[in-house]
Amino acid sequence: MSNTKIVSPKKDMIFMAILSAVVLTMPLWLQPFGAAYPDLMQKFMIFGIFAIGYNILFGLTGYLSFGHAAFLGVGSYTAVWSFKLLSMNVIPAMIFGTVLSGLFALAIGFVSLRRSGIYFSILTLAFAQMSYNLAYSVLTPITNGETGLQLEQSDPRVLDHMSGIVPDGSLPTPNLFGIEGIGYSGFYICAALMLISFFIYLRIFRSPFGLKLRAIKSNQNRMGYTGFSTRPYLMTAFVISGMYAGLAGSLLAVTDPLAGAERMQWTASGEVVLITILGGVGTLIGPLLGAGIIKYFENIFSAFNDTVLLNAFSFLPDWLAHPVASVVGLFVGEGWHLTLGLVFMLIVIFLPGGIMEGISRLSRLLFKRNKSEPKSDGHESKEKEQTSAGEV
Amino acid sequence: MDAIFLQILNGLDKGGAYALIALGLTLVFGTLGVVNFAHGAIFMMGAFCAVTLEKLLTLSVKVKDESVTFFDAYKETPYLELWFGDTGTAIIDWSVPLSIILAIPVMLLIGIVMERSLIRYFYKRPHAEQILVTFGLAIVLQELVKATFGANPIPQGAPDIVSGSAAVGAIFGLGEAVVYPWWRLIYLAFSLVTIGLVFSFLHFTTYGMVVRAGMADRETVELLGINIERRFTIVFGIAAVVAGLAGVMYTPVLPPDYHLGMDFLVLSFVVVVVGGMGSLPGAVAAGFLLGILQSFSSMTEVKDIFPGIDQIIIYLVAVVILLTRPRGLLGRRGVMES
Repeated sequence: MSNTKIVSPKKDMIFMAILSAVVLTMPLWLQPFGAAYPDLMQKFMIFGIFAIGYNILFGLTGYLSFGHAAFLGVGSYTAVWSFKLLSMNVIPAMIFGTVLSGLFALAIGFVSLRRSGIYFSILTLAFAQMSYNLAYSVLTPITNGETGLQLEQSDPRVLDHMSGIVPDGSLPTPNLFGIEGIGYSGFYICAALMLISFFIYLRIFRSPFGLKLRAIKSNQNRMGYTGFSTRPYLMTAFVISGMYAGLAGSLLAVTDPLAGAERMQWTASGEVVLITILGGVGTLIGPLLGAGIIKYFENIFSAFNDTVLLNAFSFLPDWLAHPVASVVGLFVGEGWHLTLGLVFMLIVIFLPGGIMEGISRLSRLLFKRNKSEPKSDGHESKEKEQTSAGEV
Repeated sequence: MDAIFLQILNGLDKGGAYALIALGLTLVFGTLGVVNFAHGAIFMMGAFCAVTLEKLLTLSVKVKDESVTFFDAYKETPYLELWFGDTGTAIIDWSVPLSIILAIPVMLLIGIVMERSLIRYFYKRPHAEQILVTFGLAIVLQELVKATFGANPIPQGAPDIVSGSAAVGAIFGLGEAVVYPWWRLIYLAFSLVTIGLVFSFLHFTTYGMVVRAGMADRETVELLGINIERRFTIVFGIAAVVAGLAGVMYTPVLPPDYHLGMDFLVLSFVVVVVGGMGSLPGAVAAGFLLGILQSFSSMTEVKDIFPGIDQIIIYLVAVVILLTRPRGLLGRRGVMES
């Protein structure tokens, strides 16, 4: 929307630096929120990657795909196979995961992008369901069906054996040249990858290519009239976002080397749509915010159970505490998805731009309050506000 | 020959369910222009109407078991049995067909409330936003059902008299060995009757005629001074009733759980797209066609040639149709052909 404003590369570099600082110090400043444990922070990073990739497609071109979980699944399966056959090193796993998902996206995109609008959504949905169903049935030799693909002691791991890494009795864990893929080191691996992906994503946003994708969103016909064939651009965007999903999938396998078909189900694709919309479609850091918020609240809300709630409401008289606790209990714990669905509906209805739109509205509101001060000052800060909106 | 006959029956029966769900979906799209991702959830709520009624009918009280004489034993006896004896037992036995009576007003109400409180604000919004908001609604509905009824499937029995199998082979002269469950034959008949009712409502009543006129050219109908929006609201309610009834009758076939709706939603969308968005005969034809295709592709002979075909056949058909004939089998020319 207002994003077309040209932002100087220098500002972008400053932005990147700030973002990196914020992300890398997460273990510190998330402490007071009770979210500073590695598992959760890894999820922030992984789903952040997934969501920014999705935003390249949905946010920029407006093509609503309901099948992105398939790429996530392909990435996971490939990564686990790479652990099994080649090496426990995460680098080949990620490379294979990303590339194979990219190829998969190329095939699906080639067919799906022949249609637009709701037909595109249904085509991607159909392909995702096909992959999911096949992963559960015929492809069991590759996917291990319902059990999910797991590491085994007897896996060949050719490269590891060649370089003389012999596992001791226990199952090996994925590692980056000895740095383990779990715990805090795992978080930093994910964070580094997220920052690299985000940088690429930022460059795409600022590039003429990104501008063309936005043009497709605003008016595809006019794009055609001006002599652009839109399909190659759409295709590229689709493949790139598929590769992001593949990378996220392989990182999921890095942090927990287990791949199951339920990762490919269409409701899992729905999740990335939720994340992106909640954060702000088409905005730069909206999807990251969305991923953080959804994963954080999923974690916090799911932890509430009846006893915790009763304790929380113990200040109320007894006859009131139980009903209040049971009503609130609907929305937390197992019922967390209910809250998610409600919030999502409210966002779509009242705030289609997601949290980012909320923030910019709020800042505009605050700015109006300042407007009563000297006029020249107000004019200047208006310009400032516009650039900052463009930046974010 | 026997196998083929059974597969056709099987396919028709599956297709009946697909057609019923898709009918409501395409009706809503044709009238309101809304892509309703919550339609699967409506189907699921219909199924849970049956569950609710069964729970109500079998409200029980602990009664001393007279047959045990060594110690005081108690057994749960439904109130209905206590009050009406054998009649009560029969009512409980027939709870699924009886739920139809409950489901019609309930689903009509749910549909109308849904349309008035949410859907109507999305007429003018892009399809993508309609999909998103109804997807959110579907999540909310299914979570509410989960919170009320739990996460496990709740089996529902068909009435005893039709819980066995029908010797359809004897009727068609194919031998005694060819049998088919009674209930699924009833489901097929039920779906045909319901489809017939919807079509006769639209074609043989003035109300239906106006609705069809509104589908074809909304503006002109409005210019004639007809409140088409109110009629479309009713149509939304009817679509909800059709989906709900499909759900009620489906409970003895598949024990309902909270994500039943999501499972059927994708399938019914595929059916609608294959038949043509907004085309009612298309939805019905595509429903039965895909049902039959699916049941044939699950025959072992077919699966030996194309492994896994039964899992993907429906989606494959949809992909081929969308690529070669985007308006669907019976879709009107120019409708959604982008």
